[in-house]
Amino acid sequence: MIGNYVPHGVEYIRILPEILLCIFGILIMVLEAVTAEGQKRMLGVLALVGIVVAFAANLYAYTVPGQAFQNVITIDAFATFFRGLVLVVGLLCVFASLGYLRRQHAESGEYYSLILFSLIGQCILSTANELIMVFIGLEISSIATYVLAGYFRDDRRNNEAALKYFLLGSFATAFLLYGIAWCYGLTGSTNLNEIHRVISDPGLRPPVVLTGIAAALILIGLLFKVSAAPFQIWAPDVYQGAASPVTAFLSAGPKAAAFAVLLRIFMTGFGSFSFRWAPLLWSIALLTMIIGNFAALTQSNVKRLMAYSSIAHAGYILVAITADSQLGIAAVMFYLAAYALMNIGAFVVIGHVAAKNERYVRIEDLAGLAKRQPATAALFALFVFSLIGVPLTGGFFAKFYVFRAALEAHLVWLTVLGLATSAVAAFYYLKIVVAMYMKEPGESMADLAPLSSGTRVAVWAAALGTLILGIFPSVLLPFLSYSASMLGRQ
Amino acid sequence: MPTTYAETYFPLLIQILIALAVAGGMIGASAFVGRKIKDRVKNSPYESGMEPVGNARERYSVKFYLVAMVFILFDIEAIFLYPWAVVYRELRLFGFFEMLLFIALVLCGFFYIWKKGVLDWSTEAHGEREQENKRVA
Repeated sequence: MIGNYVPHGVEYIRILPEILLCIFGILIMVLEAVTAEGQKRMLGVLALVGIVVAFAANLYAYTVPGQAFQNVITIDAFATFFRGLVLVVGLLCVFASLGYLRRQHAESGEYYSLILFSLIGQCILSTANELIMVFIGLEISSIATYVLAGYFRDDRRNNEAALKYFLLGSFATAFLLYGIAWCYGLTGSTNLNEIHRVISDPGLRPPVVLTGIAAALILIGLLFKVSAAPFQIWAPDVYQGAASPVTAFLSAGPKAAAFAVLLRIFMTGFGSFSFRWAPLLWSIALLTMIIGNFAALTQSNVKRLMAYSSIAHAGYILVAITADSQLGIAAVMFYLAAYALMNIGAFVVIGHVAAKNERYVRIEDLAGLAKRQPATAALFALFVFSLIGVPLTGGFFAKFYVFRAALEAHLVWLTVLGLATSAVAAFYYLKIVVAMYMKEPGESMADLAPLSSGTRVAVWAAALGTLILGIFPSVLLPFLSYSASMLGRQ
Repeated sequence: MPTTYAETYFPLLIQILIALAVAGGMIGASAFVGRKIKDRVKNSPYESGMEPVGNARERYSVKFYLVAMVFILFDIEAIFLYPWAVVYRELRLFGFFEMLLFIALVLCGFFYIWKKGVLDWSTEAHGEREQENKRVA
């Protein structure tokens, strides 16, 4: 049977982005070893080229949709969207890192390779149609990000972040793997379509309780990765400790990929059980929104504040998943796109103001930014308003679609409570704006350097994306609805 | 051909006996023929190895971990080669090129650690090489 199996050429085209990222990642590693100290920046540029090429390959792969390698991978609109999203996240973070690493005098090829390797894992997660593939993708993505979190190894906070991320992340992966093992034991397959077929068939269906345990274990593993309550404890420490561009990457890329997997497993694999998992997600979504938003109120460290805000945003996204509809899936996708752009933008500005070795990361350190660098302050304000959900920004439509999907699914209480917590959120977000615009500049502003070119590209691109999503959401919506309808139909 | 259940396992029994005989013979022969020195060093559990009793917070050279990691890199390569060799005939040319690719990737890793100086065991050697490179350049 093995002998007959030789993959088709078209199957390689379907994983072309992963192949290209792999080639570029290894190329950067090898070149790192022979590049002179002053020219390490070129490796970052090479990483940018790699991501752009992979993005093009992602679009090309979409011209031949279908499954590959004995159905372990599916290339459809949904997968293409998420693969594109994580690549954009990677691109913005590499741009931001160019400036950040130069300021730290820590330019090196390994950093960029690790980002590319992590992106490979996230691309695999976006396309996986099989639980073992999910596990492999998650490991590839996570191991690279564990190292990235502790990249500046002389920095204590970096070390703390890496260790915490590694320990809790491995723990979460163990849960996921245990769930996969249960799933295989119950259904005899790790393929999502096959799992769906077995648990929907009254003749073959395994006991509901056991299926529930399997699904719950997988859910715990994935909720860890998206930092949803009650598995969110790692996020603030890790986001605070890791370097700002790395935090931007962690809060957007792996999260988007984990949500892609969550959707695919629970819409495709356990789709016929939604009446059982939806109530569970209802309470998790509510808890996540409450914990994220209320904990953020008391933070004085702006990175920590943003970490809690990112937990809250995971809660909003879970609201849309709870809706369990095509509208909900499209809302999740839109939200993740808007969230990735505004969150990366915000973290990049925070990293810029923090100055060398991230000395200035309190909210007060942002005081007077509007006087010293009006453009930077205006862009940061834009990201903050988008995070609040003010109209004309991507964040507004993101929240609008999420809560519309929730209302159409008759989740009235969840909508009301969710909107109430997001009103609380406005308070702590506005603290940032008040500090920037209404306070006198302090010590941090004296040390403020001009925006480096890479950072500038990242911030402006993120701002542009946020505005486009806020003013013309229709550029993305038809594609998202189509992707969602394809996912729901399987 | 073996006919009964017991007969099929008879070769195994012989192998166990031979293994016991070889092991027992070696220990016995060394006890019988070998010279016996009994001092403190000889009686320690690991004669030329580490001290088994002492402070647990001793510091290791970072090279210890580097070597361990490099060992894993190449050990994994070897482990993957075994199952591949078993199905090599069935996989034909596809399997050949897949494994070639895998080994090429491992070689990239080897090149990386080599150039990074992991294989230079003493700091002096590393410094000398650097100087030599400078002279050449």
